[in-house]
Amino acid sequence: MNPWSSSKETEAGLDSRFRGWRLLGPGLLWTTVFCLLPMAVVLAVSLATRGTYGGVLWEFSLDNYRDLLHPLYGRIFGQSLLLAGVTTGICLALGFPLAYYIARLPPRRQALWLIFIMIPFWTNFLVRTYAWIFILRTEGLLNTVLMQLHLISTPLDLLYSNQAVLLGLVYGYLPFMVLPLYAAIERIDPALIEAAWDLYADRWSLFRRVLIPLTKPGIIAGCVLVFIPSLGAYLTPDLLGGARSMMIGNLIQHEYLVARDWPLGSALSILLMLIVMSSLLWYFTAQVPQTRERGEQ
Amino acid sequence: MADLSIDIRALVKRHGATLAVDHVSLQISRGEFFSLLGPSGAGKTSLLRMLAGFETPDAGDILIDGRSMAGVPPNRRPVNLVFQSYALFPHMTVAENVAFGLEMQRVPHGEIVERVGATLELVRLSDKRDRLPGQLSGGEQQRVALARALVNRPAVVLLDEPLAALDQQLRQQMQTELKTIQAQVGLTFVCVTHHQEEALALSDRLAVMQQGRVMQVGRPEDLYERPENLFVARFVGVSNEISGTLADVQAGEGTLMPSDVSPSRGIRVAVPAGLQSGIPVVMTVRPERIRITPGHVADGGANCLQGVVETMRYIGSEWQGVVRIGPSVRWTIHASNAASGSRPVAVGAPVSLQWNSADGVVIPLT
Repeated sequence: MNPWSSSKETEAGLDSRFRGWRLLGPGLLWTTVFCLLPMAVVLAVSLATRGTYGGVLWEFSLDNYRDLLHPLYGRIFGQSLLLAGVTTGICLALGFPLAYYIARLPPRRQALWLIFIMIPFWTNFLVRTYAWIFILRTEGLLNTVLMQLHLISTPLDLLYSNQAVLLGLVYGYLPFMVLPLYAAIERIDPALIEAAWDLYADRWSLFRRVLIPLTKPGIIAGCVLVFIPSLGAYLTPDLLGGARSMMIGNLIQHEYLVARDWPLGSALSILLMLIVMSSLLWYFTAQVPQTRERGEQ
Repeated sequence: MADLSIDIRALVKRHGATLAVDHVSLQISRGEFFSLLGPSGAGKTSLLRMLAGFETPDAGDILIDGRSMAGVPPNRRPVNLVFQSYALFPHMTVAENVAFGLEMQRVPHGEIVERVGATLELVRLSDKRDRLPGQLSGGEQQRVALARALVNRPAVVLLDEPLAALDQQLRQQMQTELKTIQAQVGLTFVCVTHHQEEALALSDRLAVMQQGRVMQVGRPEDLYERPENLFVARFVGVSNEISGTLADVQAGEGTLMPSDVSPSRGIRVAVPAGLQSGIPVVMTVRPERIRITPGHVADGGANCLQGVVETMRYIGSEWQGVVRIGPSVRWTIHASNAASGSRPVAVGAPVSLQWNSADGVVIPLT
């Protein structure tokens, strides 16, 4: 064996081992500093005890998680899941026809519509939510117009309700549904739609048998992108829901800043994170078999 | 006609300012294999899409089995289209693709199973029934697309460039297969193609189209042997031409006074009814009807031109050459290699070209 090559090989072997870590380095650093460390802090706080004046006493306890079993929290979680679920459903029902319409336009008009969809992002979400308050409140735009038209005699009680929160959430997250749906529908060969039509399919069959299966990845992506931020929404329920409608995000904020109970707030955050992670897990298991099928072809 | 499958009446379709289909009228019989042949932009695809119902005519009407198709959407027409891209549903197996049309028509389950099985048998794909389209070869995908249309037993099967996506060898094999299957099922086939050889080989009758108009309708041999205009002569096969004026027209025969070549003796031609002496015409001859003789034949009689060989290539079954017969006139000749040891003349050699007067087709210049 050539002694020259053998020493070179050892060097190369060592080198490649280190090179792997060096390449992973920036990513690992990023994940550690911005994701793992804050999560570890939250987890640690959730296992500590609340001090008498609101500080954190580093005494291990599972009391915070036991407190989560309180029916009040259960109700708020249930309501949040329901609101996020209904928001996702409405966004899907509104977003699919819209995305389909855009995807079937000539390319230049498609770009215009996509810009329309994205324009709201240029304005701060807080400001846009305030705009909804102006529209919905008792002396707001909507009530004024309806009264002027003599359609109603007394102003409607629109603001500070679950419906107002729902409206705000659908408004805020609809683009996150439309964009992935558009990307999925736009990729479908128009001849497939014509083929279904030629083979005696009506609109409903075309939708159910051809469009849904072919856009499934987009539908799942859109649902995940709407469901997760809706579930953790804080601003919209705070401004449009008032005291009557509380979601998980408001509850966590309340525990941290009003009740000054950081450990309980942290435990709530961990629970929310678990729910989000399990829905993401569902997303990946629903996705992976499809990619595998495609890989085989 | 009792056996009329499709009756197209003065159909017009505009795309912006251009007339994609310009007052087209066609009658297609039941069980006929009919082709629409033409270069791209001839309007044949527009015509096909109007038959399928994807485009609406601006004027005129289409009758299928005597019923007007005006306002009838594609999913209510007794017509199925085989798409150029096949447009097979990628998420469905072969059998599911073929069953789709029957399921949409709410055919009972037992009958669906039976008809799908029989149709897959017909296109020889029974062993691939559970594959996804992405796992099939181009030829197999083509057969699935055909089966998906045939299984519905429509009044008309429409085919959009059915063999365009296949390679040459598969193409010829599928031509034969398509023709056999059509004869077996006995349905009316309407096929759009820009490939003239394919159209001739497949069709019972065909229409040659150009710029939205039908240039000629007929059997393949009518179009090849008796083209009615220069477009058809040139688009269907190779056309060797001499322009000139007619003289001595008598009893269906006459002499061509050529303007661009100088034959040793006159050119005799068969003259179609209605043409008189003095009108400008073009005479066209097919390459394989021309006899090539080395050297300048001293007295070749009528229909003898002298020229020089410019190119000659050997393709096995025959020799294909170009002969210059005038300052700017070149003819293509196909000399059969039937007799063993026959050798055509070398490039640069003087030759004589002769043909029977019946093979010269006279087309009036209008």
